[in-house]
Amino acid sequence: MIPPGFEYYAPTSVNEATALLKQHGADAKILSGGMSLIPLMKLRLATPRYIIDINRIPDLDYIREANGFLKIGALTRESDLERSELVRSRYPILIDTTSTIADPLVRNMATVAGNLAHGDPANDHPATMLALEAQVVVVGPKGERRIPVSNFFTGILSTALSPDELLTEILIPIPPAGSGGAYIKMERKVGDFATAAVAAQLTIGAGGACERVGIGLTNAGPTPIKAKKAEDVLRGKKINDEVIRQAAQLASEESDPKSDLRGSAEYKRDLIRVLTARVIRRALERAAKGR
Amino acid sequence: MANRKIHVKVNGTPMEADVEPRLLLVHCIRDTFQLTGTHIGCDTSHCGACTVLLDGRPIKSCTLFAIQADGRVITTVEGLEQNGTLHPVQEGFCQEHGLQCGFCTPGMMLTAAAFLKENPKPTEDSIRTAISGNLCRCTGYVNIVKAIQYAAAKLAAGA
Repeated sequence: MIPPGFEYYAPTSVNEATALLKQHGADAKILSGGMSLIPLMKLRLATPRYIIDINRIPDLDYIREANGFLKIGALTRESDLERSELVRSRYPILIDTTSTIADPLVRNMATVAGNLAHGDPANDHPATMLALEAQVVVVGPKGERRIPVSNFFTGILSTALSPDELLTEILIPIPPAGSGGAYIKMERKVGDFATAAVAAQLTIGAGGACERVGIGLTNAGPTPIKAKKAEDVLRGKKINDEVIRQAAQLASEESDPKSDLRGSAEYKRDLIRVLTARVIRRALERAAKGR
Repeated sequence: MANRKIHVKVNGTPMEADVEPRLLLVHCIRDTFQLTGTHIGCDTSHCGACTVLLDGRPIKSCTLFAIQADGRVITTVEGLEQNGTLHPVQEGFCQEHGLQCGFCTPGMMLTAAAFLKENPKPTEDSIRTAISGNLCRCTGYVNIVKAIQYAAAKLAAGA
């Protein structure tokens, strides 16, 4: 399948890229990893007149901790997360997430930022970034702003990015001591989107109560879902089997999956209940080690 | 939609091509450079028959515009053999019967070669994970894994 024709730009700075976005707006698409965009173009589901390839912009490919955040640049590939000693040792939830995305070859091109900016509720990082209470840094003609990921996903394949804005960085607050997170995905085979998946990030205080909690759901509705009721029932409590059961039930009720080839809506809701309980337990185990 | 000139190094040889921006790398390799060892299987970035190494990392060349490869280094299956000597991965596929119909083999071998460079002492599980983006429709995975293990042993012995 040969994609439709387009004008190609390869800016070498963020300013140049945003100037092109300002000029071409909704007729332009950003090309980073291209692992969603190029397949969509082949199928004519996307027919951008202008492609702005940001891969030639230097200094957007990094993973580092600074100023209280884990910072991930816009051109950081999924496989860079797996290769990063910092991520492997301190952010196992990101390894859980990235290692379930597509396959190792796709992950050599696919970017973490693109996984968010595409706005697909079936993508895996959105739920994890919701659980981690991450923010994204976006740059447009009016300058830079930060958007909490919890406000980023506005509808099916829609985000809070304006057509003239570029996502340049992901900011994940560095979790305090006693924190742990995990992501568990049910997929039919390697490379498939999730039948359902759940991310959980917890911080357990010195007294044993849950101080911070984030829970995100993948492919469970028209947008990635932050399971706020499930979070509320966990927050401030000592987490035991009964609390986990309640949280899992609430997460299931907060989901809004559709029946498709991967299963009925009823099955997926129950799957979310089961996965939520499992992922909370795994996050708790990691939090106990992180103290 | 003007054409652009790209310069790439393919299997050590500098090459150039006049490409439409929408030209996929796999078509550039097969039709422009006439290197037909790189196969087109699913054309939807699932099967890995089109795998090549881009700056040493395996990628699916059906899901990259040729223009994105401008200035970069590409290795195709034709570049595995050096001075008439098979790459240990190629030798492994011969010795262990790592291919049946052979359609997935070029991609499988490039993925394996890049993987062994980063993981000289692989476990069977890590090999299976590494090739999980390359599909063998003959389902000959057992011998493919053995072929990669053969190559790992050969590389270790030569190091």
